Amino acid sequence: MKVKEIARLVDGEIVGAPVDETYEVKKAFASDLMSDVLRFHMDDTVLITGLCNNQTMRTSEMADLRVVLIGRDKQPDEDMLELAEDADITIIKSKYSIFKLSGILYAAGLEPLY
Amino acid sequence: MHYTFNIERGNFTDAGQASSSVKRTLKQLGVDPANIKRTVVALFEAEINAVAHAYGGTIDVDIDGEKIVMVVADQGPGIPNLDLAMQEGWSTASAKVREMGYGAGMGLPNIKKNTDDLKIDTEVGVGTTVTMTVYLI
Repeated sequence: MKVKEIARLVDGEIVGAPVDETYEVKKAFASDLMSDVLRFHMDDTVLITGLCNNQTMRTSEMADLRVVLIGRDKQPDEDMLELAEDADITIIKSKYSIFKLSGILYAAGLEPLY
Repeated sequence: MHYTFNIERGNFTDAGQASSSVKRTLKQLGVDPANIKRTVVALFEAEINAVAHAYGGTIDVDIDGEKIVMVVADQGPGIPNLDLAMQEGWSTASAKVREMGYGAGMGLPNIKKNTDDLKIDTEVGVGTTVTMTVYLI
C-alpha cells in the first residue's frame, strides 16, 4: 500500500520527510511503547502510535521505519519534524484513535507485523 | 576510527544523537544494513538507559574492518542486581522515562540479543560500563 493511500484512508495529513512514491508498505505495528518497537524487524512496516515526541522519531530511525502514523490528533512540534526530515521519515497525522486506525488499515489489507 | 559522545542525565531532547551519528557513519562506510541495524539498536538502548538512569557519562565507539566496539560508561548510580536487570520486564524506570515510551525492562536483554559480545561492569555508587561488540565478518 502506498503512503498516500494510507493517508487517504485515515483522513490524514502528511508532514515530515517527503513521500517516497515508490515505497510499498506491507505491514503495520501499533504501539506507544518504543521499547517494543526496538525489539522487532520493521521492514516495510508503518508504525501506528499515539506517542508524539522526539523519541518516537529517534526510535523509528533506529528501527529503520520510513513511515509513522500518529493518531489521536497529536501534533508533532518543530523539533520532531526536523528529526523526521533528517531521518527521512514520513509522518501521517490523523485525528482517529489508534484502534480505528488499526481497523481501517487491517481491513484495507495491511498485514500485522506478527 | 574512534568517536566519543557525552551523555547528559535526563536529556530526552537530545537522547539518541550519538546513535544517529553512528548510524550515518556506518551507512557511509558501506556496512551491511543488518549489521547497522543491530549495532544502532544496541547502542541506542544503552544510550537511552544511560540518559534515563545514570548521572551522566560517555560513549566511545571504535570501528575497524572486523568489528564495532561500543563502550557506554557512566558515573553511577550502578546496578544493584545485574541478574534482575537482565531479565525481560524488570525495570526501575521513572514515570518520565515511561512517558517517553521506554522503561519496559527490555533494554539490556535487547542489547544482548543484538550484539556478539556484551560485558557489563557495575558497582553501586561508582557507575556502570557496558561494552558491546558487533563483529562484521
